[in-house]
Amino acid sequence: MLASKSRNLAGIIAGAVALACHVAVWLLYVPVRDNEVVRSVFEWVPSLGLSVSLRLDGFAWLFALLVSGIGVLVVLYARYYMSAEDPVPRFFAFFQAFMGAMLGVVISGNLILLVIFWELTSVTSFLLIGYWHHNQSARDGARMSLTVTAIGGLGLLGGVVVIGHIVGSYDLDRVLASGDLIRGHALYLPALLLVLLGAFTKSAQFPFHFWLPNAMAAPTPVSAYLHSATMVKAGVFLLARLWPVLSGTPEWFTIVGLAGMASLVVGAYLAMFQQDLKGLLAYSTISHLGLITLLLSLGSPLGLVAAIFHIMNHATFKASLFMAAGIIDHETGTRDLRKLSGLFRFMPITGTLAMVASAAMAGVPLLNGFLSKEMFFAEAVETHADSWLDTIAPYAAVLASALAVTYSIRLIHSIFLGAPPESFPRAPHEPPFFMRLPVTLLVIACLVVGIAPGLTIGPYLHIAVTSVLGSATPEYSLAVWHGFNTPLIMSLVALVAGALLYLLIGNYLERSDGPFLLSGIQAQRIFEQVMVTVSWRWARFVETNLGTRRLQPQLRLVVFIAFAAAFLSLFGGVVDLAPISLKGMDWAFTGMWAVGVVCAVAAAYQAKFHRLAALALLGGTGLVTCMTFVWMSAPDLAVTQLVVEIVTSVLILLGLRWLPKRFQGLSEATGPMARLRRLRDLVMAVGAGLGMTIVAYAVMTRPLPQTISDFFLENAYSGGGGRNVVNVILVDFRGFDTLGEITVLGIVALTVFALLRRFRPAPDTVERPEQQRIQRAYDEAHPDRQPGATAVDYLLVPSVIMKWMFPVVIVFSAYLFLRGHDAPGGGFAAGVAMAAGFILQYMAAGTIWVEDRLRILPVTWIGGGLLTALLTGAGAWFFGKPFLTSYAQYVDVPLIGKVPLATASLFDLGVLSLVVGATVLMLIALAHQSVRRLRASRIEEQS
Amino acid sequence: MELTLAIAIGVLTGSGVWLLLRPRTYQVIIGLSLLSYAVNLFIFSMGRLHSGAAAVLDGAGAINPADYADPLPQALVLTAIVIGFATTALFLVVLLASRGLTGSDHVDGREPH
Repeated sequence: MLASKSRNLAGIIAGAVALACHVAVWLLYVPVRDNEVVRSVFEWVPSLGLSVSLRLDGFAWLFALLVSGIGVLVVLYARYYMSAEDPVPRFFAFFQAFMGAMLGVVISGNLILLVIFWELTSVTSFLLIGYWHHNQSARDGARMSLTVTAIGGLGLLGGVVVIGHIVGSYDLDRVLASGDLIRGHALYLPALLLVLLGAFTKSAQFPFHFWLPNAMAAPTPVSAYLHSATMVKAGVFLLARLWPVLSGTPEWFTIVGLAGMASLVVGAYLAMFQQDLKGLLAYSTISHLGLITLLLSLGSPLGLVAAIFHIMNHATFKASLFMAAGIIDHETGTRDLRKLSGLFRFMPITGTLAMVASAAMAGVPLLNGFLSKEMFFAEAVETHADSWLDTIAPYAAVLASALAVTYSIRLIHSIFLGAPPESFPRAPHEPPFFMRLPVTLLVIACLVVGIAPGLTIGPYLHIAVTSVLGSATPEYSLAVWHGFNTPLIMSLVALVAGALLYLLIGNYLERSDGPFLLSGIQAQRIFEQVMVTVSWRWARFVETNLGTRRLQPQLRLVVFIAFAAAFLSLFGGVVDLAPISLKGMDWAFTGMWAVGVVCAVAAAYQAKFHRLAALALLGGTGLVTCMTFVWMSAPDLAVTQLVVEIVTSVLILLGLRWLPKRFQGLSEATGPMARLRRLRDLVMAVGAGLGMTIVAYAVMTRPLPQTISDFFLENAYSGGGGRNVVNVILVDFRGFDTLGEITVLGIVALTVFALLRRFRPAPDTVERPEQQRIQRAYDEAHPDRQPGATAVDYLLVPSVIMKWMFPVVIVFSAYLFLRGHDAPGGGFAAGVAMAAGFILQYMAAGTIWVEDRLRILPVTWIGGGLLTALLTGAGAWFFGKPFLTSYAQYVDVPLIGKVPLATASLFDLGVLSLVVGATVLMLIALAHQSVRRLRASRIEEQS
Repeated sequence: MELTLAIAIGVLTGSGVWLLLRPRTYQVIIGLSLLSYAVNLFIFSMGRLHSGAAAVLDGAGAINPADYADPLPQALVLTAIVIGFATTALFLVVLLASRGLTGSDHVDGREPH
């Protein structure tokens, strides 16, 4: 609704929404602090155990605070970052959609609901990465991230279903209370693997880490928000959420630990070699997420505390670094570390902020990154399991930290220090104050938390930890100084080693094209290979070897499978047929069907060369079918079949004109192969017919078991207020089915209309039909006749009668409709009858004559009908009844007498209107083709 | 009566299937119509054949379901007839569009070699 360039308004709206969320989260602080769980539940599909259940405990609260808080800052930042040329409202719309989905993930109280929000974050992330969709790398990155995270989402759904199966509920409270049950279950390992697939893909953990660097094609606010602070944290959030349930087993320790350690080390190693500023930050994010995963893998409560703490810390310093990177990109036009240098003299404030944030990333004391890293070191040194993984953990931790120090120094050194830049597309300067404000706030947070953790983050961290661990909450202290202990030594070793490493290989890094040793293995290339193989090579192999584009073999297969399925299921056992006797035969009925059957076979025989004859014969079979319905006490069907028969014939007649001429004997294939093909089809046809005969006979001669029909018969009058049970079923008992059906009818009609708008007839059918040409020649040969007069005078008497019949048909249709609830008739029959009335006018007088006099708006009829039916159904809500509950009463109308009046009749009116609209639309659209062609050829004649 | 209708359903099915497997679009559309008659009659016959049974309730007193024709298959078939018309129309238009685009009325959009 907003103009595509309104940056300010869209930004204000998005910011207000984020701020409102943030304030709402703060308002819930008091109950959450008192260890209360705030809940809000709406039933959704209770029969499946699905409910929209929202649950806010301490952990969810802290995450919601983070999501909404950084959301506010990123909106402010994005307002200045986005260019005036970008469609900014779209950006903010996606952004808010993401924020809603992310908050949903965090506060879901039902696992299925969580998966749904989870998938929504994947989709919105896809949209945001691909925001600059004119950019090839943005499209590729978006597709890759969606492919990877959606595969993970599918795995997560599977895992959640398995957990739900084990526990018997998807409710998070019940799942969290069933830890021992789940861990002891035989399906524990599959559930764990599936959940981990979801978590690892989302949090870009090795070996699924490769999508994150490619997602850096997104606008930087997106990278700051989704790909550092929030969405990639969803994976570790889930691990922490399900930590009380899934952790503590050897499988958990090995798999999660291995993935975490690999991500930690490989991410840090690769980050060193990146030349793209955002690429460096992306690999660093992978590494830090690996650190969190590793902490969670340990299965110790202190590890969980450190993990949650590091989630918060990483979000603050990494988001601020991304924003700073965006500022640098914005001001200089490049993110290449090789080109950037000496920027400190142009933007000292931004430079200082970025330095502090990098220091936090490297784990320098007095900053928040230091604290959680200390806790990590302490945990890494502890022995948790007898495993080589646990033995090497401290070394891996120190190594990765040293590498982190190296890339942090490299970041600062190559961007801000060194010689002044030689050439930039733009002269760099400090950004606007409000663009820098979010960075400033986040960096202040880093500092404050780093200096006085107990006073700032302490209480909030505590409620988050308590809500996950409950009574198992360990003693921990958030002080800066713990004495001269092992973790501190490890920190110092990492700092010194990292700095030395940079001194040694800093110049090499500046020049390198790819990571030393690992440059040959590119996960991205492997991913593309797999994609090409699956979606192109295999698909093509299957298509060429198993598929066909020809219709006939496909239909043959369908017929054959249907036949085989029926044959195997029915004749595998023995079908006991009632003895066939001619005694009870009704010879009149048989005689009638003799005609019907001959018509059908003759239609099949004539359909190739004598289309009109085949159509007439088809109509003959239709009439016999219609009479069968009369005979067998089904007047409703008979009426409907009759009117539908009429409109179908008209429809096909209208179409005949556009088919090619075909003469017997000219185009018939007469090889032995063709004869063999026909023989095979004949065998199939006879087999199918024979099978149907036997099945139909076997069923019909069996007594009817108790069915639901008795219920309908007994309740139609007392419950539905109608005596015509068929109609009551349609508009009342099964009204919802009918609603679906008329919707389909409307859609089909619109499709027909749409297809015909672009209709191009074949060249050989464009000219006037032969009959019209003869008539025209006759008219032109006689000077007293107008050209075209014969066509106008053609069938004059019938056409006058047809015009006069119009009111009669309309009254007949109204009659069918009004009596429908009590006597044969109803909306369907009435609708088709009325449509037949309209089309008769077209046939009698021609399209132009009718449309000069009668404005028919079939699309309005369709829409009105559907709306009437829907509103009637919705009307029941006002009386507290379910959708489509009907109410019936008889009303005394003067002169006419007692008239049944049910809300179902109103619904039937909707059906009538839609059927009229749909039928007329299809017929008229087809009829118009001739007029269009005529107009086109007239224009041609004139020119 | 049952035998007659069963044979009729069989013949209609057979003719329909035969036409379904033919190469010309018009044959397929006629075949589908014949097949839909057969299927409608088949579904209808699942409620068994009641000749001369009441189709409409008289509205008073208790009801013996055995005196009435089975309404459920009728309701099913009624909607099937209307939807059948719609699909015929759709198929006809697709047929015409394909004929206009390719110049051929073969089901594959091109003449066989």
